Amino acid sequence: MLKAVILVGGSQKGTRFRPLSLDVPKPLFPVAGRPIIQHHIEACVRLKELKEILIIGYYAQSEMEQFVNDMQSLYNVNIRYLQEFTPLGTAGGMYHFRDQISIGNPKAFFILNGDVCADFPLQALHDYHMSREGKAMITIMSTEATRQQAVHYGCLVFDKDNGSVSHYVEKPSSYVSTFINCGVYVCSTEVFNLMSSIFHSRQLEYHGFGNGHNGRDQGHIQWEQEVLTPLAGTGKLFALPVNNWWSQIKTAGSAIYANRHYLELYRKTHPERLANAGTKEIGDGDGSLICTIYPDVYIHPTASVHPTAHLGPNVSIGPGVSIGPGVRIRESIILENAVIKDHTLILHSIVGRGSNIGCWARVEGTPSDPDPNKPFAKMDNPPLFNKEGKLNPSITILGCFVNVPSEKILLNSIVLPHKELSRNFKNEIIL
Amino acid sequence: MCGSENTRRGTRALILVGGFGTRLRPLTLSCPKPLVDFANKPILLHQIEALVDAGVVQVILAVSYRAEQMEAELQLHAERLGIELIFSHENEPLGTAGPLALVKDKLQASSEPFYVLNSDIICDFPFKQLEAFHRNHGKEGTIVVTKVEEPSKYGVVVYDEAGAIESFVEKPQEFISNKINAGMYIFNPSILDRIPLKPTSIEKEIFPAMASDHQLYAMELSGFWMDVGQPKDFLTGMCLYLTSLRQSHPEKLYNGPGIVGNVLIDPTAKIGDGCRIGPNVTIGPNVVIEDGVCIKRSTILKEATIKSHSWLDSCIIGWRSTIGRWVRVEGITVLGEDVNVQDELYVNGGQVLPHKSISQSVPDPQIIM
Repeated sequence: MLKAVILVGGSQKGTRFRPLSLDVPKPLFPVAGRPIIQHHIEACVRLKELKEILIIGYYAQSEMEQFVNDMQSLYNVNIRYLQEFTPLGTAGGMYHFRDQISIGNPKAFFILNGDVCADFPLQALHDYHMSREGKAMITIMSTEATRQQAVHYGCLVFDKDNGSVSHYVEKPSSYVSTFINCGVYVCSTEVFNLMSSIFHSRQLEYHGFGNGHNGRDQGHIQWEQEVLTPLAGTGKLFALPVNNWWSQIKTAGSAIYANRHYLELYRKTHPERLANAGTKEIGDGDGSLICTIYPDVYIHPTASVHPTAHLGPNVSIGPGVSIGPGVRIRESIILENAVIKDHTLILHSIVGRGSNIGCWARVEGTPSDPDPNKPFAKMDNPPLFNKEGKLNPSITILGCFVNVPSEKILLNSIVLPHKELSRNFKNEIIL
Repeated sequence: MCGSENTRRGTRALILVGGFGTRLRPLTLSCPKPLVDFANKPILLHQIEALVDAGVVQVILAVSYRAEQMEAELQLHAERLGIELIFSHENEPLGTAGPLALVKDKLQASSEPFYVLNSDIICDFPFKQLEAFHRNHGKEGTIVVTKVEEPSKYGVVVYDEAGAIESFVEKPQEFISNKINAGMYIFNPSILDRIPLKPTSIEKEIFPAMASDHQLYAMELSGFWMDVGQPKDFLTGMCLYLTSLRQSHPEKLYNGPGIVGNVLIDPTAKIGDGCRIGPNVTIGPNVVIEDGVCIKRSTILKEATIKSHSWLDSCIIGWRSTIGRWVRVEGITVLGEDVNVQDELYVNGGQVLPHKSISQSVPDPQIIM
């Protein structure tokens, strides 16, 4: 029996995902028409032996409840949300809920960070872990990055023949290795014994020397620094390098990148979800034209799209969205109940829930995709502002219920929720 | 009685066409400025036709370059209008007065007054009124003056209640007058005695002297006026011209579904469904506007194509240019002849030279060579 843990953090995290995370928890932000962590869940439920998925974080129960109920009814596995009482660090939360994870005695459990997206190779990771014949306590999914970018991730050095990790360092200041930690692991439950000893030495430190833990809760444990780094070189930590598509989802810009890859993945896993044929499915439709489609495009069944619209590539249209005549959308995500009026063009943008865009408007952002000409390049997550204090060009984001009047242009701008715009905006944050 | 019948019966005019029209580039790289269409008619023809209406039978064009095609084309118009058209070529730049000296013989062929015009002027040309005013005061010259909002940017004209000019003041810092020289004059042939055949400025050298001799009067222009020698003013002038046309010849303006305000559309142009055209748009011969296009405050020159869903504001689209679908063009963008803007691009304040293909957005004003 197998289990999986999805670590989602809390609302104090994911601030770089604002303003999209202002009205919906980041893990529930829809990418390719599904909340980010539903893609994790779908990867998990493909494993026959997997019986339970535990989502751990410190979002309020009420924020996750509906989602968990929906998932529970969609998939034939047990899915629960476990709320940390306070941020306990990447490992502290799992240790706190160790009994919940261990119950039923799974032979192994997966850990998936909620802020990555990937074609998760869970079966391969599992098989590799098991093939280490009981030696492996943790196996890390690893991928290659460029020398420049690797230092922004956990870097690891491992034996190319047997996968044993000899060195692990989180976000080093100088180059260590181009192999990085993908935030996806498979673990044996004995990892809790290791965490237990860390926890108890921490308690000793805490009570013996006063509050020496930076004001954090005494149950706070950092997975990478306190578990992975010491475990490297002991022969119990392994890595499986893979070439599958993988990225972090840190900034809002990465949502569009993730959207493209999840849509592409649907071709293999769920072709029925794509509107690529450009006609309404037999079943809920009559085979008539939806609109002109440049694959890949996802359109929620409750969205209304005028047949003269042109959508794609890389477009997701949410529930209840209305797309008017002659609208053109490319490389964008349109969230639920947004209204896009006639002849409007949307490029490299995210349009928030309930937003309204008039006729002949232009909403355009600048993509921040990895350099396609550099092997192993990952997404850069540039800071909002450059050294001159100017806004770095980014995708354009409209928070929820933003109103863009007809004929206006919105270029490389970020608009916070509930704004009524009345003029053109370029390279601005509109509070 | 050996002089021609024409010069006795009708008046004469000299139009200062001048040089290459560099301020109206990139349009003037393909077409001499006098032939660039303003409201679907060459700029120069607006003036010549108004002169003909006022009884002018001989027009002299003072040009500083030879352009045989332009001369041939204008001769056709001259024949149609039944006037004599004379090209006077300067071998060296003679300023704004020197060209008069160059054609002294022709201007002195009659003792009647003659008109002089700068070539970039668009207004309700008041030639008959100007002649009457001029004959009434009986002095050597009359210049038309027009009111401006910001006189400190110009040279202003100071004159008394009767119109007798007292002085000219360049870029006054304190308000002294809001009337500027409108670039249209009528002179008695005796003015020629004041002008040497060398580079001379009529505004700076000749007029002040005439004013101090009490020989120069100002007549105020009542309607609109614009020097359309550069793109920004070309568009402003077009708006003023169309507004004036609404009063004088509303039947020339286009009416139909999706038309907003004053719009001039050549009968051979094709307009698609669901468009919104106007206010203040001129669309030239054989232009194709596809479905769902929005155009405001712009001039689309002959044989250009604007594809579906595009949005244009404050731009001049050159002859035979093509704008792709979902393109946004704004900010006094001027596309030269045969420019192609690909789908979904944004062009703001671009000045694009002829025969370019634009495949990347131009978000900030720049010249595309």
